[in-house]
Amino acid sequence: MDDTPSTPRSDLKPIQISERTRPGSSTRDIVFDVQKLSLHYGSTLAISEITVPIYKNHVTAFIGPSGCGKSTFIRCLNRMNDLVPIARVTGQVLYHGQDLYGPTVDPVQVRRHIGMVFQKPNPFPKSIYDNIAWGLKILGKKDNLDDRVEQALRKAALWDEVKDRLKSSGLALSGGQQQRLCIARAIAIEPDVILMDEPASALDPISTTRIEDLIHELKQDYTIAIVTHNMQQAARVADMTAFFSLDVSEGRRAGVLVEYDETTTIFTRPADKRTEDYVTGRFG
Amino acid sequence: MAADSTLIVLDSSQRKRSDRLGERGFLYVTLAATLVAVGVLVAIAVKVFDLAAPAISKFGVGFLWSQDWNAVTNRFGALDFIYGTAVSSLVALAIAAPISIAIALFLTELAPKWLRTPVGALVEVLSGIPSVVIGLWGILVLGPIVESQVEPFLNSFLGWIPLFSGRYSPVGLLPAILVLTIMITPIVSSISRELLSRVPKEQIEGALAIGATRWEMIRGVMLPYVGPGIIAALILGVGRAVGEAIAVTQVIGTTAGIRSSLFGPADTLASRIASQYQGAVSNLQVSSLAYLAAILLVLSLLFNLGAQLIVRRVERSRG
Ligand SMILES: Nc1ncnc2c1ncn2[C@@H]1O[C@H](COP(=O)(O)OP(=O)(O)OP(=O)(O)O)[C@@H](O)[C@H]1O
Ligand SMILES: [Mg+2]
Repeated sequence: MDDTPSTPRSDLKPIQISERTRPGSSTRDIVFDVQKLSLHYGSTLAISEITVPIYKNHVTAFIGPSGCGKSTFIRCLNRMNDLVPIARVTGQVLYHGQDLYGPTVDPVQVRRHIGMVFQKPNPFPKSIYDNIAWGLKILGKKDNLDDRVEQALRKAALWDEVKDRLKSSGLALSGGQQQRLCIARAIAIEPDVILMDEPASALDPISTTRIEDLIHELKQDYTIAIVTHNMQQAARVADMTAFFSLDVSEGRRAGVLVEYDETTTIFTRPADKRTEDYVTGRFG
Repeated sequence: MAADSTLIVLDSSQRKRSDRLGERGFLYVTLAATLVAVGVLVAIAVKVFDLAAPAISKFGVGFLWSQDWNAVTNRFGALDFIYGTAVSSLVALAIAAPISIAIALFLTELAPKWLRTPVGALVEVLSGIPSVVIGLWGILVLGPIVESQVEPFLNSFLGWIPLFSGRYSPVGLLPAILVLTIMITPIVSSISRELLSRVPKEQIEGALAIGATRWEMIRGVMLPYVGPGIIAALILGVGRAVGEAIAVTQVIGTTAGIRSSLFGPADTLASRIASQYQGAVSNLQVSSLAYLAAILLVLSLLFNLGAQLIVRRVERSRG
């Protein structure tokens, strides 16, 4: 595959990927090369021809109004939409050059490389320790289990708070702690990418700050894609920001990628009027 | 507008009164219903124990482990029937439990969407078939199959175990076990299915998102989540098996005695009561049957209590 992203020029959907963000202009490695990705729920088009590169060890934020398909998009990246029987994907998601939707690809294997953290903290009704150890065990990483659990909890900035009560239930933690436990659970299996769908939207401001700090730390080791409603959050954590919007032309309501650029550019000098309206709060 | 607002004030005070009345009425109605339910239960228990009193005073607790059941010598005991009840219910449970859970898992997780609704409905319908009909089917269809196919088959593989040896027969413990299995399975699978379908989507996605296979997710997340509920369902199922009289009477052979083989006839507490109450020849026999009923009553209360305790414990631990 060539290194220049195929920016649709004559396309109906004006997708702006500025010169500066083109791969090759710096030494960024592409983790996901998403090409004209569309998804239908039944006969309804939810996202239309999304083309976006996601870079290694970057935090990429996906922002946009409610219902524009941010969750739908991010769930395409680890084949989570396979769980929705009516969902149908077209286009391409290249993950390190491999087609994620290729005929021989096993979604279970995909998810072992591409972890996910959800909007609502969803620890298992098991002990804190077992919440993390369970994934390790099913993946056959049974050596040094205690070490691995500790490392994951440390990376998720939770170790000091829970080290004395690893055997107590994960459900007994506060919401923010539960979410960090879920991050630890995702980290423990040593993924390459962590997808986060509004990971802090159910949390109080202090917990949110902790999660954001954590995201900063984690990007040393991981590639992170995060959906957020909160533009300040995107501005704080993300290197790159993609703005999605609902395209209601041609009698349809489908999510499209309006603009994708460095976060600072999106928030200070957006190229598209719709982005500007959104980030300045005039819309959505 | 001022007039309106006074009207509103009047209105709301009126509504308050009717609300208050309604609330009180509701309280009384529910209280009455509860009292009636408890009262009926107590009345039944009193009647049963009253009827059983002569047998209780004559045989004492020794009744529980006496094998006598002789209307001529007027000596009675419950052991044969306790044995028959325990074996038929527990073996039926042992067969029904894995089948029910498998059906429930199949219907919630594995079956293609278009198959789930019709098969699910079929299971529901099965659980509603009157037991006497299942018993009749047991006599006409199941019994002959058991005699000509199932028992010879079991005997040829497991004949060295006394349980699976002896004369083949269309009536006996084995047909009773199978009839009870058929009665328990739809109930337990429909409850399990309901429980499985209520496992939070977040939990399922959480497991799959860390690379669990479907089966690992089922074992690691779904089954632990619904486990206590399924155990409660199984207890209710076994309670139904223990109390089932008609269908068992039709196929078990209604013969006292403890035999080592599942192929031979036996009898259960409920079946003995149902089959002998009409023809009882002495007051003591009637009283002894009531004693059996008392045992049954205590057993079923224990089963229900056990199921409730489990459900409550789990609800508390989940907050
Ligand atoms: N499982 C599904 N089946 C059918 N339609 C769905 C499903 N999930 C989402 N949709 C639809 O797809 C569209 C995009 O939804 P999505 O959840 O991806 O939006 P979003 O940008 O994440 O919104 P929010 O910011 O509110 O989370 C919506 O119109 C939604 O109704
Ligand atoms: Mg969403």
